[in-house]
Amino acid sequence: MPKDHGIGASTKRREDVRFLTGKGVYTDDMRVYGQTYAVFVRSQVAHGRIKSINTGNAAAMPGVLAVFTGEDFKDVGGNPAGWLIKSRNGEAMREPKRPVLAHSKVRHVGDAYAAVIAETYAQAKDAAQQLADDTEIEELPAIVDMAAALGNTSNRVHDEIPDNQCYDWGWIEDNRAAVDAAIKAAPHVTTLELVNNRLVPNAMEPRASIGEYFPGTGDYKLTTTSQNPHLTRLLVAAFVLGIPENKLTVVAPDVGGGFGSKIYHYGEEALVLAAAKKLCRPVRWTAERSESFLSDAHGRDHVTKIELASDLEGNFIAFRTETMANVGAYLSNFATVTPTFLHGTLMAGPYKVPHVYVNVKTVFTNTAPVDAYRGAGRPEATYSLERVVDKMCRELNLDPFEVRRKNFITTDMFPYTTPVALAYDTGNYHATLDKVMEMADVAGFEKRRAESAKRGKLRGMGLSTWIEACGIAPSHLVGILGARVGLYDAATVRVNATGNISVMVGAHSHGQGHETVFPQIVASKLGVPESSVEIVHGDTSKIPFGMGSYGSRSLAVCGVAMDKALDKIVAKGKKIAAHMLEASEDDITFEDGRFSVAGTDKAKTFGEIAFSAYVPHNYPLETLEPGLEETAFYDPANFTYPAGAYICEAEVDAETGKVDILAFYCADDFGNIMNPMIVEGQVHGGVGQGIGQALVENTYYDSNGQLLTGSYMDYAMPRATDVPFYTVDYSCQTPCTHNPLGVKGCGEAGAIGSPPAVVNAVIDALQRGGHTHVTHIDMPVSPSRVWSAING
Amino acid sequence: MHNFDFVKPASVAEAVKALSADGAQALSGGQTLMPTMKQRLAAPTMLVSLTGIAEMKGVKVDGRTLTIGAATTHATVAKEAAAYPALANLAGGIGDPAVRNRGTIGGSLANNDPSACYPSAVLASGATVVTSKREIAADDYFQGMFSTALEEGEFITAVRFPIPDRAAYAKFDQPASRFALAGAFVARFAGGVRVAITGASEGGVFRWAEAEAALSSNYSADAIKGLSLDPSGMIGDLHGTQAYRANLARVMVQRAVAAS
Repeated sequence: MPKDHGIGASTKRREDVRFLTGKGVYTDDMRVYGQTYAVFVRSQVAHGRIKSINTGNAAAMPGVLAVFTGEDFKDVGGNPAGWLIKSRNGEAMREPKRPVLAHSKVRHVGDAYAAVIAETYAQAKDAAQQLADDTEIEELPAIVDMAAALGNTSNRVHDEIPDNQCYDWGWIEDNRAAVDAAIKAAPHVTTLELVNNRLVPNAMEPRASIGEYFPGTGDYKLTTTSQNPHLTRLLVAAFVLGIPENKLTVVAPDVGGGFGSKIYHYGEEALVLAAAKKLCRPVRWTAERSESFLSDAHGRDHVTKIELASDLEGNFIAFRTETMANVGAYLSNFATVTPTFLHGTLMAGPYKVPHVYVNVKTVFTNTAPVDAYRGAGRPEATYSLERVVDKMCRELNLDPFEVRRKNFITTDMFPYTTPVALAYDTGNYHATLDKVMEMADVAGFEKRRAESAKRGKLRGMGLSTWIEACGIAPSHLVGILGARVGLYDAATVRVNATGNISVMVGAHSHGQGHETVFPQIVASKLGVPESSVEIVHGDTSKIPFGMGSYGSRSLAVCGVAMDKALDKIVAKGKKIAAHMLEASEDDITFEDGRFSVAGTDKAKTFGEIAFSAYVPHNYPLETLEPGLEETAFYDPANFTYPAGAYICEAEVDAETGKVDILAFYCADDFGNIMNPMIVEGQVHGGVGQGIGQALVENTYYDSNGQLLTGSYMDYAMPRATDVPFYTVDYSCQTPCTHNPLGVKGCGEAGAIGSPPAVVNAVIDALQRGGHTHVTHIDMPVSPSRVWSAING
Repeated sequence: MHNFDFVKPASVAEAVKALSADGAQALSGGQTLMPTMKQRLAAPTMLVSLTGIAEMKGVKVDGRTLTIGAATTHATVAKEAAAYPALANLAGGIGDPAVRNRGTIGGSLANNDPSACYPSAVLASGATVVTSKREIAADDYFQGMFSTALEEGEFITAVRFPIPDRAAYAKFDQPASRFALAGAFVARFAGGVRVAITGASEGGVFRWAEAEAALSSNYSADAIKGLSLDPSGMIGDLHGTQAYRANLARVMVQRAVAAS
């Protein structure tokens, strides 16, 4: 019987009622008395020197209240990178200052160099156009191609960085010689050069911010589209504007998707706050969709060469990876860690390969900043690994299922430390592989292929066995690796006098379903109905200092913090119950919402204990404070390591190059499952995004740095007709060993595991169809690319 | 978007008069013009809506002739042009429901987007474009990408299609916009076969003479198997190379023939 309540139940998402009936309250829905409108003036050229900005005409236009340029912020602190990465030679990364508004130079199309504040949006828009007309920018040659940028000392994105390189990182540098030697000596080496295509996050809700200043108290308020309000507050207050944190409240209300792009602090947030103070009026801004394309932090964008050394039976000996990672024009907050510690550390995959080395050169270009996007580094690692393994199987004529099986880390090897320094706590990769093969009826594939062939279609099957590290992250470890923040989370459980419960969490829900899942855990733990629990999130004035939601961490970090706070509630409840029941605390048991004296029928309900805590007439006041409210901070001991196996079955129309995905099977190990329906939804969404990357999405800058895919006319998003019905299984569960809930996180898995399964299926279809010269096609595997590969 | 005046005349004559004003611009379903204005790439001072003119709306059949008012939406054509199934099918595949319920045949033809669907049907059918001034044969109407025989102030009032014996439209979607990456409309009449290709050429919609000749003597997909279009005049962009588009156009003709 499926559970209908608490942990493990597929409770319907309570937040969806308001989202689906148009009753959500997003930043742009809010109206503030006296509000004004900001419009940003953005560079039309990819690279240029600002010669002059004449603000006079714009400032004199009807309704215009203020004009800001980079000059106004040139002495304000910069928006920092969250991680300090060191190069192989020990040097610290180059870290150019990221200004609120571009000053002296513009560095990508869409780089904001001025802003206009006016009474109405139309007036601000008119004045912004005037200001653009009154600006003289000397255009410089655009730096777009990463390889060219690295070798270019004369043309620089940042004048102080001679070769446009942020860092040259090796992981682990001590492995390098052994890896080189192993590859040199290996019986077989498979080499693959590939591109992990740049993606635009395309959250349904564009970024938006409202800045307010209250002159009576000197307080500020920022309402903004953020995945992590406390991190945003820390950045904008302490690092950029120099406002004491306790004078700034950051509110992230309903947020319509983020996928990483709303982790970061952006200059627009600082601008609306600074402008609100100057004008003593609220200042609002909502990105137009074209601004989102140009100025949201993009994702991925790696150019990689990977080598896999093996024996002729397919036993892995070494992986060696050389990657160029694009960070765009400025360092966004997580830009430096994504291609390094979220990518290089995963390059052993689920395999017991003895030698692994990764080199990443991170490059500045005249393109929008690139940062973590759903999966963040781990999709790049998985794609490289699973593509090169697939290629090796073809070169050596080996079965891809058997090759994975023989190279997997086995269950008796955990905890297992990889050559790239992660310590996997638990897993069972054989189990998920067996499961997905059964789900996909691998044995029946040949029959299905023959049926496709009768219809003139080429059918293929692609496998991907993935692992990731999430539940980010142990602060002590990431501190050693260069993180500039801690990555704990926090929760406060407030039991109200009448027994209902408010839980204030540091995690932020922007579609994930926290408002449903967290109460399920409270319900199971305290024996109360889910409906008596409310989750409060997204407001720094209400919640404890948490780090927000990204890296599949909400449940595995913040959920665990909440679990620990619940333990404290139960412990205090026992003390109160012992007093009321005139028993020893040690004799009190708590089960199904009742505090009982062991071996008797004496008991108090949870509600009675809560009431007593707030109406302490019969209460041990001399030894115990009244009230029933507990806070816990939790800093994880390790990452969590979800893993799984995916199979994609696809058909190729060789005449047009069109790929149809017929079926997609996922066998995932997420540890314990709190709400199966929500997990399934997360996997569907992640796989959908992965299929989008594999088949249709691409961010294309031309050689002048113009974004050719700057709207939905040219940037393709996956639609319902592009994706199949998914078949999902999560019955293979190896609970995480180092958190009490045994959870691992599921938010990014689908986007991590799916792209190589799709591309492997396409290559398989072409190979089986006789097009044996096609060994790789870069994503997106578009009809034109497939046709050109066949006919090339 | 900048401010503009808006008028909605009730007759062709009133519309002609309104459009004679400086800065006046005809507006039909607005599926191209509105986004252009929102992006401030066009700023007409007055919009003259053509959607309030009763005589420019609806689908009529008269023997083997189908006449569609220029202000008729794609959704209406899809529903009411049953006498010309290939055309109804084409209309039902344009854009998405929102586009089909706003966009009109006249608007599409006046804009003559090189990737639009309708121009291929009009050209392959040998339809007549009826305007506020005159009648224009399809072969004279399309004059290259975004370019037509329409003069300043002239607008389409109706399109008259001869109904072929057999016809079909096959299109391959551009992955993002879902406009035609290549689309082929094939129409077979007693006097021969006409083939029009949209989406593929830098010159906009065009007739493929070799395919017409081959299909006129042997109406089968195999008849054009050996034919090829010259890639040099095709559109080459990030969605497809010139060679790919040339190939796709041929494949779409074959599929249209097979479906007709």
